[in-house]
Amino acid sequence: MIAIIDYGMGNLRSVEKALTYVGAEAVITQDPAVLERAAGVILPGVGAFAQAMANLRAAGLIDPIHQALASGKPFLGICLGLQLLFETSEERFDDGPELPRGLGALRGRVRRFPDGLKVPQIGWNTLRFPKETRLFAGIEPGSHVYFVHSYYAEPADSSVTAAVTEYGIEYCSAVEVDNVMAVQFHPEKSSRVGLQILSNFAALCR
Amino acid sequence: METKRIIPCLDVRAGRVVKGTQFRDIRDAGDPVEMAAAYDREGADEIALFDIAASTEGRGTTLDVVRRVAAAISVPFNVGGGVRSVADVEALLEAGADKVSINTAAVERPELIREAAERFGRQRIVLSIDCRRRTGSGGELSWEVVVKGGTTPTGLDVIEWAMRAEELGAGELVLNSIDFDGTKQGYDNELNRRVKEAVRIPIVASGGAGTMEHLRDGFLVGRADAVLAASIFHFRQVEIRPLKEFLRQAGIPVRL
Repeated sequence: MIAIIDYGMGNLRSVEKALTYVGAEAVITQDPAVLERAAGVILPGVGAFAQAMANLRAAGLIDPIHQALASGKPFLGICLGLQLLFETSEERFDDGPELPRGLGALRGRVRRFPDGLKVPQIGWNTLRFPKETRLFAGIEPGSHVYFVHSYYAEPADSSVTAAVTEYGIEYCSAVEVDNVMAVQFHPEKSSRVGLQILSNFAALCR
Repeated sequence: METKRIIPCLDVRAGRVVKGTQFRDIRDAGDPVEMAAAYDREGADEIALFDIAASTEGRGTTLDVVRRVAAAISVPFNVGGGVRSVADVEALLEAGADKVSINTAAVERPELIREAAERFGRQRIVLSIDCRRRTGSGGELSWEVVVKGGTTPTGLDVIEWAMRAEELGAGELVLNSIDFDGTKQGYDNELNRRVKEAVRIPIVASGGAGTMEHLRDGFLVGRADAVLAASIFHFRQVEIRPLKEFLRQAGIPVRL
């Protein structure tokens, strides 16, 4: 069973449906006990970075997520779920001295797309793969996936980068380090290619 | 590079896809769930669904269709028709829509665009504009916004309304040409190009496509970011895979 973490950041049903479609058993949950039992964990999410961290904290999910990351079980962040894995984000609504802090499972910062680009990026764009990964096994370089975002992750250690996308700049659109995987795009909205990626993840959870 | 999008549109009434000409003479075209799933498999970049009878029938039927279509596809899903309030937008998003199109209600109360965009994010709010050509006393061409399924003129200029909507928070514009809809003469590229020059948000050409060349010209002449069509896809006059190959050869970036 794959646990999809529900923390009030967007509609999770499409992720659940896509997993069911590829033959995986998925459960939308807030319950740390379910996370612990799960064979794999998905952290989805759309919305603001600081609000997402506040919701995770309020739901008592920060420690259970760290435990899942450390347990070695497959973990997949989607969209905001990728950004939350990093240390800090430039997405903020105050001028305080500190950037909002994320989970810090990966070193690096979430940055806003440079001025002059149409933000958010909404639409289909391509993936390039700097290394071989389990998440993108069987996916052709140049495949299209669906993006909706204004911020992107800049890992401190570029070896974590599993996919690169160009949108005015080249940026990291996916990461994979051991059991920790995350994608900036929406696999559940990326048709055949997205379903293959979710199927690859589900296969790791068995 | 971002790709140009092909959007098959399902006009739904009482749970069935229908197609009429200039909002009249309506024919049955099939089951929305089966058709949406087939379009996803064939390479559609997004699916649009408009409830054409929403104001006269129960919303419950529509929400049920939206739920079933959303479950059957894995591409973005744009839903419109009879959206009157922030609560209507929320109900459709909750049912599985990724974007919601607002039309008449936004003309009557423009603040609805701002309220919905602030609440759900502008990328989820689409303004759909029904446009009709008019000629001024000096012979100059302009377009008037019409509402209620193309039956009621508003006096509002389309380009002014498009700019206002962008300011209010619309994330995308669908431009339906009432003059060209159903004629299979091509999109109103003059309309689309003029609106595109006036706004930064993506525009979707709608109404009038009859051939692959019309869809190509929607991009090349009308400068649309996406093209929407219904009957040419439903009745298999144009198929999506060969269409995309044709567009790629014309130098248009598409997802293959």
